[in-house]
Amino acid sequence: MKTRILLSGIAFAAMTAAVPASAAELRFACYQDGVECDAWAEAFKTFEADNPGTTVVVDIVPYKSIVEGLPLQLASGEGPDLARVTDLGGLARYMLDVTPYVSDAARIEEQYGRTLAWTRVNSPDDKGIYAIMDQQTATGPFINTTLFEQAGVAIPGEGATYADWAAAAKEVAEKTQTPYAVAMDRTGHRFAGPAISYGAKYFDADGNPITVDEGYRAFAEQFVAWNNDGTVAKEVWAGAGGATYQDAAKEFTNGSLVMYISGSWQIGRFGRDVGDAFDWQAVPAPCGPGGCTGIPGGAAIAAFKHTKAPEEVGKLLEFISNEDVQAKVLAKTKNIPANQALQVKGIDYENATDAEKAALGTFSSALANFSPVAFQFQGYKNNRAIMNATVTRITQAIVGESTLDEALSRIDADVKEAVAAAQ
Amino acid sequence: MTAVLAFLTRRRGHKRFDLTDWLTWGYLLAAVFLMFGPVFWLALSSFKTESALQEYPPTMLPLAPVTVTVEGYEDPLQLFRVTGGEHEGKVLAQVRRIGLNAQMVDPANPGERLNVNINDRVPEREFTLAIGNYTTLFDRFNFALYFWNSVFITVVATIITVLFNSMAAFALSKYKFRGRTLVFILIIATLMIPPTINLVPIFLVVSELGLVNSPWAVIWPAVATPTGVFLLRQYMLTIPDDLLDAARMDHASEWRVYWRIVLPLSAPALAVLVIFSVMWRWNEFLWPLIVLNRSEQFTLQLALNSFQGDLQTAWAPLLAMTVLTLLPITLVFAVLQKYITAGIAQSGVK
Amino acid sequence: MFAPVTTAASWLYRGAFEIFERPMLAIQKMTGAQRIAWVFLFPNLLIFSLFTFLPIILNFFYATTGSDRILLSERPYVGAENFASLLACENYLDPNSCGRDIFWRAVHNTGWFVVLQVGFMILFSLVTALVLNRDIPFRGFFRSVFFYPVLLSPVVVALIWKWILQRYGVLNATLEGWGFPVVNWLVEADWAFFWIVFVSIWAHMGFYTLILLAGLQAIPSDVYEAAEMDGASKWRVFSKITMPLLMPTMVVVIVLSLIRAVQAFDEIFVLTGGGPGSATLLVLQFIYETGFAFRPQLFGLAAAASLLMAAVLLVLTLLQLAATRKQAEG
Repeated sequence: MKTRILLSGIAFAAMTAAVPASAAELRFACYQDGVECDAWAEAFKTFEADNPGTTVVVDIVPYKSIVEGLPLQLASGEGPDLARVTDLGGLARYMLDVTPYVSDAARIEEQYGRTLAWTRVNSPDDKGIYAIMDQQTATGPFINTTLFEQAGVAIPGEGATYADWAAAAKEVAEKTQTPYAVAMDRTGHRFAGPAISYGAKYFDADGNPITVDEGYRAFAEQFVAWNNDGTVAKEVWAGAGGATYQDAAKEFTNGSLVMYISGSWQIGRFGRDVGDAFDWQAVPAPCGPGGCTGIPGGAAIAAFKHTKAPEEVGKLLEFISNEDVQAKVLAKTKNIPANQALQVKGIDYENATDAEKAALGTFSSALANFSPVAFQFQGYKNNRAIMNATVTRITQAIVGESTLDEALSRIDADVKEAVAAAQ
Repeated sequence: MTAVLAFLTRRRGHKRFDLTDWLTWGYLLAAVFLMFGPVFWLALSSFKTESALQEYPPTMLPLAPVTVTVEGYEDPLQLFRVTGGEHEGKVLAQVRRIGLNAQMVDPANPGERLNVNINDRVPEREFTLAIGNYTTLFDRFNFALYFWNSVFITVVATIITVLFNSMAAFALSKYKFRGRTLVFILIIATLMIPPTINLVPIFLVVSELGLVNSPWAVIWPAVATPTGVFLLRQYMLTIPDDLLDAARMDHASEWRVYWRIVLPLSAPALAVLVIFSVMWRWNEFLWPLIVLNRSEQFTLQLALNSFQGDLQTAWAPLLAMTVLTLLPITLVFAVLQKYITAGIAQSGVK
Repeated sequence: MFAPVTTAASWLYRGAFEIFERPMLAIQKMTGAQRIAWVFLFPNLLIFSLFTFLPIILNFFYATTGSDRILLSERPYVGAENFASLLACENYLDPNSCGRDIFWRAVHNTGWFVVLQVGFMILFSLVTALVLNRDIPFRGFFRSVFFYPVLLSPVVVALIWKWILQRYGVLNATLEGWGFPVVNWLVEADWAFFWIVFVSIWAHMGFYTLILLAGLQAIPSDVYEAAEMDGASKWRVFSKITMPLLMPTMVVVIVLSLIRAVQAFDEIFVLTGGGPGSATLLVLQFIYETGFAFRPQLFGLAAAASLLMAAVLLVLTLLQLAATRKQAEG
């Protein structure tokens, strides 16, 4: 066995670049937060059995490779046949429309239409099938209910505003001597949820980004103020620079955070790491003048144009979109389905605790009521430019490198420049 | 004992252990703590479970909760020491926690349920290494293959680097030809330019050559190091030309002069370059990440990072992975440290 | 244990010589003994041109074109726009007045970082080398102690320290245990900057210590004996004998450490991400983020910034080279 591994190692190492891939070997570059790739590799065995001659190789890669390596490879016509990606709009121009290779395009359209739209950014009447979402996410808050109980503070109900929640969380933190009241992941994506709730529109009537408007400014002001008066854990945003992502999951799972604005992908992790230490739950997004919304998101499996086996790739995408297949994979990965039929039907999650199931349910139903602006934001091709500018500049305002006014005007300038470059 | 003390306090010239000696030893011991301490702490932490890692203040040693099997309960129960309330001082097993109350039983008397406030109990713990951080890493991938890939790239790249750089340095230091200064300045000019800033164009070149997804995509761009040429040239300048001329008088070919005279005499500088090259290639991450995307070609650094997702940062596997990558280089260093430090000291990078 | 390895190595060494000897001799017959220099240069020069020089030239094309396309053929020509936008500034000392405030913050940070890091690192390396130069037991061991971190990859170095310095890390726990106030090390700008300097000194000083130690040991002991006979004070011996004789080694150390300091990126990026705000953001991170990590990727701007940086570095290198030459001659 050992010799075999070594020999195969030598064989691989001796290979030079041009290895003619057999027509039916599909390469799938997959990143994972939990067990997504493992679950897919398992599922593909059925596909391979149904389609003799086609093999799917799942290459588990770091997320960094998807963000930084993949675009370069695709631009020069290299790279895998399929990949699990999050920047749907940005990579759309390299994606393959598999409509001609699927047997039932109408079903896929019906079940995935809402997220398929995020890849149809390069022409107005694009109806292609480019990528199937396998992990729908929704942003929203989690709370440590045990701390609320200890403090004897009532949990704000449906329709409570951000101000209500912040005040309640702060009271809990003070009474229980918990270090942090509220924390939010360091990304412009999480920021957009409350901003839209505060009335930010992000886009004008023609769909062009306007970013900073009154609603955006209102939440930015509030957020900076909260960072500086200790309501919000300052180190999450101020602790990094550039657009570096930082979360506060550690603070939440060790019980030093009352309310954590993150998203549905944390559920499995909280289930595992919090264990029996305290009770936690997902609560509906707090409200503001613009509504009570989070931001949808997620990862999708996309097919790429340069593939030598478009037919097989099409078949594989159809397989991936299959209701039963998705149900099986999602049950393992503890994610919300993007498939409309499954959203209605629900998923029987494997080994999920009651808290996890409840939280998955909360996010699932919250998702249905997200503001249209939130979907427009997620489906916008250059939304990453808005997110990067938000994180970088708002942090500067928090740490006092610039005033908020300067920061906001620079956000506009940054977004304008990026959008101009991307056209 | 006295002999040890005498050995420890032996110094040049003086007999007494004076202030400068105290300072010297204080400085050195502080240095041992400062240089090894952080790495040691990392290694210790890598044996803690994810939830133990999130504790504050952290415990020195990896501890895990103690569980006991209690009659009448299927799963093992976790033990707690009660610190307040009516059951103070007892060690109880927790059945479940409901809100602020923990339902507990005395393992000696499993029949009776006791209620304890959750703030009045602390978990009982014992020393346990969370080997799981490592075994999950090993279970997930073919360690031998990735290790081999890394070794292959490191060894081949180092051999080529040393060969090419020393040949170039030989030409630049031992011959007089037109264009020599120009070539030297070209190489020196790029000495300071970090490769990071040329990533995109280098990728285009590699892709044009059809090298993507091959170990050679990592090897070739790395071998013509300006640092190596600079280092070796400076060293070779100190080798007297008379030696070379004497060999030429004996009808030695230029190749023989290079291989049999200049190379052996440059051994200390070559050793430095070997160490650097091994370090650079072994530790490289960003570039392999961009040019390799088939998992059978991955280096160890890439494979160990392959569980790094988008949205979550988990410290436990990250720490274990870090320890695994620094282990080989630490072992090599432990075995060869005498040669390595002596080699650098000798080369003196004149 | 090493015997078979040594044997194999010497066998390979001899074998390689014989494989190349005949062809090289044939080439030498054609070129003559002088022009064969080009043959020795050729492999390195070829690789160098392909993977170092050509990319720098390609960078010129990127710098003068716009858009987020990667292939040069798809990028529109924009002239010096990228350079102009980087250099647009009312007052170069106040980044807030610049169009690219972050770039100029990065320039300022890099300048300070290089000065502080190189300065303090040389100071500590020198002190350590002087200490290790004393006649102490276990010298080999202590030499290794200082050298060990040099071997660690930048990412590992950063992770080690991030793990220690985080708000709920071991450093704060220790301080709290001793009754000191805790500090959010990587959130307060000045502390974060202190730690990036500290950590990069921690990681690299071993190498320079060894070089300086070699320089110290090369000073013949009779020089000291003569000084002692004259009754010179220790400080006088150090400033009048040790330092001047150590100068050539010192120059090498300064050159190499400057190069390393300017290229510092990975460890700082992983440790602080450039934060808080942009307090520890260096020029390389700016280039990496604009051209690589951000979407859309502004390759033109990144290339322009890298060319500006390269130009400054080139001038610095040539100055250093001139200084080294003067040292070597004088």
